[in-house]
Amino acid sequence: MKPILIRNGHFIDPSAAIDAPRDLLLNEGKVAAVDKPGRIKYAGAEVIDAKGLVFAPGLVDIHVHLRDPGQGYKETIATGTAAAAAGGFTSVCAMPNTVPVNDSPEITRWMLSPERNAAIRVFPIGAATRGSMGEALTEYGSLHAAGVVAVTDDGKPILGDRIMREALIAAARAGLPVIQHAEDTRLTGGSSMNAGPVAFRLGLRGMPVEAESSLVERDIRLLAEVRDARAHLHIAHLSTKAALDAVRKARRNGLRVTCEVAPHHFVLNEEAVGDYDTHAKMNPPLRAEVDREAMIEGILDGSVDAIATDHAPHAAHEKEQEFERAPNGITGLESALGLAIAVLHARHGMPLNRVVSLLSTQPASVLGLKGRGTLAVGSPADVVLFDPAKKWVFRAAASRSRSRNTPFDGWTLQGRVHTTISEGRVVFQAGN
Amino acid sequence: MPAKKKAPSAAPRSNAIAPQAAESRIHPASMLSVTQLSLSDVQQILKLAGEIEREPPARRDQRLFKRRVALLFYESSTRTRTSFEIAAKAMGADTTLVSDKSSSIEKGESLKDTGLTLRALGAECIILRSPYSGAPWVLAQSTGLPILNAGDGMHEHPSQALLDLRTILQRLKKSGPITPSTLKGVTLTICGDIYHSRVARSNALLLPRFGARVILCGPPPLLPETAAQITPNDATGSIEIERDFNRALEQSNLVMMLRIQAERLSGLALDLEEYKARYQANAERIAQYAPKAVIMHPGPMIRGLEITSELADGHQSAIEQQVQNGVAVRMALVYRALGRVLSASKAGRY
Repeated sequence: MKPILIRNGHFIDPSAAIDAPRDLLLNEGKVAAVDKPGRIKYAGAEVIDAKGLVFAPGLVDIHVHLRDPGQGYKETIATGTAAAAAGGFTSVCAMPNTVPVNDSPEITRWMLSPERNAAIRVFPIGAATRGSMGEALTEYGSLHAAGVVAVTDDGKPILGDRIMREALIAAARAGLPVIQHAEDTRLTGGSSMNAGPVAFRLGLRGMPVEAESSLVERDIRLLAEVRDARAHLHIAHLSTKAALDAVRKARRNGLRVTCEVAPHHFVLNEEAVGDYDTHAKMNPPLRAEVDREAMIEGILDGSVDAIATDHAPHAAHEKEQEFERAPNGITGLESALGLAIAVLHARHGMPLNRVVSLLSTQPASVLGLKGRGTLAVGSPADVVLFDPAKKWVFRAAASRSRSRNTPFDGWTLQGRVHTTISEGRVVFQAGN
Repeated sequence: MPAKKKAPSAAPRSNAIAPQAAESRIHPASMLSVTQLSLSDVQQILKLAGEIEREPPARRDQRLFKRRVALLFYESSTRTRTSFEIAAKAMGADTTLVSDKSSSIEKGESLKDTGLTLRALGAECIILRSPYSGAPWVLAQSTGLPILNAGDGMHEHPSQALLDLRTILQRLKKSGPITPSTLKGVTLTICGDIYHSRVARSNALLLPRFGARVILCGPPPLLPETAAQITPNDATGSIEIERDFNRALEQSNLVMMLRIQAERLSGLALDLEEYKARYQANAERIAQYAPKAVIMHPGPMIRGLEITSELADGHQSAIEQQVQNGVAVRMALVYRALGRVLSASKAGRY
């Protein structure tokens, strides 16, 4: 592996509060040096001229579905991580709703095997209960030892109070966060979009805001009950103002609750369903404008800990169905940075270093991914170089993902990935 | 001018980065929703219905001679299916019925593949009934053929709203071109299971554009408050909610009763005796509160539940007239889908 010297660029590293011109030397897969422009001399290094570019810790997505094992027609670890690299990501956390469910150290190790040909680092998330059936806990200690970074039954929320309480305690003991897909499925049966006038007009059953907020409130109550365990609850893809307010309040009460928001929930609202566009169907659904605005506000005021894509690839024939029959989810890895910069930075004036933090440093910290989301000397050489001013048209057809199910095809995004480096290897370079 | 209401933007302040809507593959003579019909489209359909209806059968027979119309029915139907079939055949078209019970749909064939198969077999127009809201869009996009929505899930039943409109105009003796004020001063109460009713949605989305005041009536589980928020942007009338049936009746020239859709209730428990006491249209109640109102029902009726036989068969009832108008309106719709070359300005409106 040849050393890489990045020169002439603007360096953003939220972990060290650096937002200034710097040069960066990568060697042996690690960060070897960071210094003022021109100070680092290293013969034989491959030089990347970063003039006009920002370089930063590689992006970290703590919520992706790689569909591997079991659903290779949608995505594999190889294709999903290639898409991630193209989107500037160097770490992704893979949800356990694979086939079979990742509820064992064996499956975790299978996912981490070099034979999967991952382009970047994959951190598996383990099932919180066996088969994600919500009945018996999996073995958090051995999952953790095998490489799991959190537990969840994503997509199948843990509804039972007793099992959720047990999960919080056991996970805290194993040093793992519990991630909850907050949806009281008793309130969402047969529903395929947000409840409200749009759903009524389209003749679709709606998921009420309370289905999310009531489960977040329940989880927070359980977390308070087991306060002594010092458990960490992380709310996945939070989408409603009511749930965000519950998270804010819990934090003020000293509870360890974090949350993530997906780009589609701060960019789109329920009107995007239009004439039954299945690319606007996901769970949680696109919400009312008031909730979308609340997501923006929560991101701007720091209530939201991370942006995570909920990258959920599906084959075309699955999405080309009646709205109610089509599966939930959209791809997101290659559009996340461009959407975040276009909307949060360009439109709402959020400084770039905060955008980077929400996509890298903070998510790494939420799931305790050591050395990720930072470019301190000695940490893994995970770097993204991007042009923050570059406007470009996102084309689903050009995606590295095996699937094309995105509502953002043809959108003009801002901020284009130039190069992605994972542990010292260049894993993505933009064409012209 | 197209009447399609201006779509609210998906993210008001994100417009700059979203592209213009891609060119749609939906055939412009499709009818997927009443919201896609301009006022002049409605006028033309009603006018055409009258013309075709008055035509001698031997001439009518030549209109769509040997054209191929497929009826794709994923749900049972008597009135709609038969009247579309009679309408197409009366104009000389060949029809084929494909139903979920007797086709590869049972083997799991997708709607898209079924549509492509029908197109390959020569179908020039597909009339679709589906238990899924929005299914006609899938078929229209995948085949590019003119698609007529014969009822999609809980969403819409546009041909029913058009035949109801024709019935209303006849009963109220309104002739001449229809305008945004034709139904000014007219109040229609739709009573019953509004939530699950595609007939209610299509009528509520169509009639207020001609000035009608539509009162929706029913208990909260069958009529959520959001129902009043779907008023079309170009409405000259209104949509309102009145939960007291008697009070609604007192204000109404027209009363449309709906069946409780047991097949879509999904676990919702209703006390039927209480329901009847509050919402049944019976002779005594109508005599007291709406003695002159026209009584309508899209069918199928559950006699003795939402409506009594005495009323359904009585002199105020327009129920048979609705059925008869179904054939005339559907002849116009099938002819519109197949018979004429649309002008360039109309094409691409969807």
